Amino acid sequence: MRRTRVEVDKKKCVWCGGCVATCPFDALTLRETVLEVDERCTGCGICVRFCPMGALGEEA
Amino acid sequence: MRYDVVVVGAGPAGSSAAREAALKGTKVLLLEKRQEIGSPVRCAEGVGKAGLEKCEIKPDPKWIACEMKGAKLHSPNDAVVELSESLAGNEVGYVLERKIFDRELAAMAAEAGAEITVKSMVTGLIKKDGKIKGIRVLSNGEEIGIETDLVIAADGVESKVARWAGIDTSLKLKDMESCAQYLMAGVECEPDYTHFYIGSCYSPGGYVWVFPKGGTKANVGIGVLGSRIPKGSPGFAKRLLDQFIEKHSHYAKGKRLELIGGGVPVTSPLERSVADNLMVVGDAARHTDPATGGGIINGIRGGRLAGKVGAEAVEEQNFSQVFLSKYERAWKEAFGDSLERSLLVKDVLINLDDPSFDGIADSLAGYGFEELGLLGIIDALQEKHPELLEVFESI
Ligand SMILES: Cc1cc2nc3c(=O)[nH]c(=O)nc-3n(C[C@H](O)[C@H](O)[C@H](O)COP(=O)(O)OP(=O)(O)OC[C@H]3O[C@@H](n4cnc5c(N)ncnc54)[C@H](O)[C@@H]3O)c2cc1C
Ligand code: SF4
Ligand code: SF4
Repeated sequence: MRRTRVEVDKKKCVWCGGCVATCPFDALTLRETVLEVDERCTGCGICVRFCPMGALGEEA
Repeated sequence: MRYDVVVVGAGPAGSSAAREAALKGTKVLLLEKRQEIGSPVRCAEGVGKAGLEKCEIKPDPKWIACEMKGAKLHSPNDAVVELSESLAGNEVGYVLERKIFDRELAAMAAEAGAEITVKSMVTGLIKKDGKIKGIRVLSNGEEIGIETDLVIAADGVESKVARWAGIDTSLKLKDMESCAQYLMAGVECEPDYTHFYIGSCYSPGGYVWVFPKGGTKANVGIGVLGSRIPKGSPGFAKRLLDQFIEKHSHYAKGKRLELIGGGVPVTSPLERSVADNLMVVGDAARHTDPATGGGIINGIRGGRLAGKVGAEAVEEQNFSQVFLSKYERAWKEAFGDSLERSLLVKDVLINLDDPSFDGIADSLAGYGFEELGLLGIIDALQEKHPELLEVFESI
């Protein structure tokens, strides 16, 4: 079964790293100017709510 | 490659730890994933004078943008309470140029003998029989392993290193401020005062700040408590900030030179800040002041303490959690109480409604700020709004 994952809008992300701390599953990694979401993402949506820039959203 | 101590992250906490350990003759490596230490800034750049003194750092015009006389607190109906620098606490005194400040701290670590590399991201811990024996790092595209008996995790709010060691550093939305800030030019603001706009009409569970940076420049930012962000409203913090600026014409005429974001822990510090072969410092250890969101000073103070204990551990060749607990006791003694007090203050503040903030501001507005010690504040409240005193009794 494929789980929903969050998607990063590169045009809005300012690479602040705040979302990384909010993920209970350690699914987010900030590599300088790239925010990665890995397979541990459950789609819980916590980081989506946190992001000050609105750069995170559920995958369509 | 082998080092006595590896410090992950060259923010104020990491550079201070590296310097302190290197000063004692320890072989230290400081790793920073960014290509440029200090940039991009994730900070409003306010520090207190007493705080810098505690860090034994002499103020240097190179990294001071502005000196502050005090703070002005704005209530929802814009009653203004003035606080002197000494009363306003840890985040009022100077507004820094952190790009320069952070680099200066790293340079001080280098001068003390620490090795430093940038564009070097730590990607994991090397463990043998469950014990930390080193770190893996992606340095300029190359994966390398570095052996060490002691890792100091100074990786800021992201705080991954401690997670890899089994310490849960994740933050609940109620324990975290979601922040956005513009560096603006062409704004009209009093140069010698930091401004705080407090009340849920500005920011639910947080505040808006305006910190002058010399001339017509200022950091204009917002922190919103994560749990107060309504569901299904992406980019809430930035949107509220934009609305605030639009509503205040003296700020609205400014131009935006820089946009930054960030997360600030506003909770108790990590229960366990040490493990075998590991110490956690600064934002990674949640050493930020939960009432104000300031973390530079505690980062430096905790970093220095960890660096000292790290050097002792190397000398004694004892990297056990028990030995490293010396660091935990030291930071608790240095600022543990103040973090606890601030947490109480934060819990009161986030539960005050806007009429209460107006009532408090109204009670205090007429007083000169020299007179307003804590007792003065209580007297003033007693006179005009005794019902609000209850709120403070819990602190
Ligand atoms: C919007 C905002 C406003 C703020 N305003 C103030 C203020 O006015 N006054 C104040 O005192 N504090 C303020 N703070 C808090 C302050 O910025 C932090 O407390 C402070 O920077 C913490 O220092 P640190 O060294 O612990 O972490 P940081 O300064 O965050 O440094 C951590 C470093 O580690 C690096 N890193 C992370 N992971 C890795 C890895 N895997 N490998 C290598 N390197 C890594 C990062 O790139 C970063 O350079 C504010 C914070 C925000 C977000
Ligand atoms: S919180 Fe938002 S802006 Fe910050 S790194 Fe995460 S996605 Fe990017
Ligand atoms: S949606 Fe939940 S699990 Fe996925 S990255 Fe965000 S916080 Fe982590």
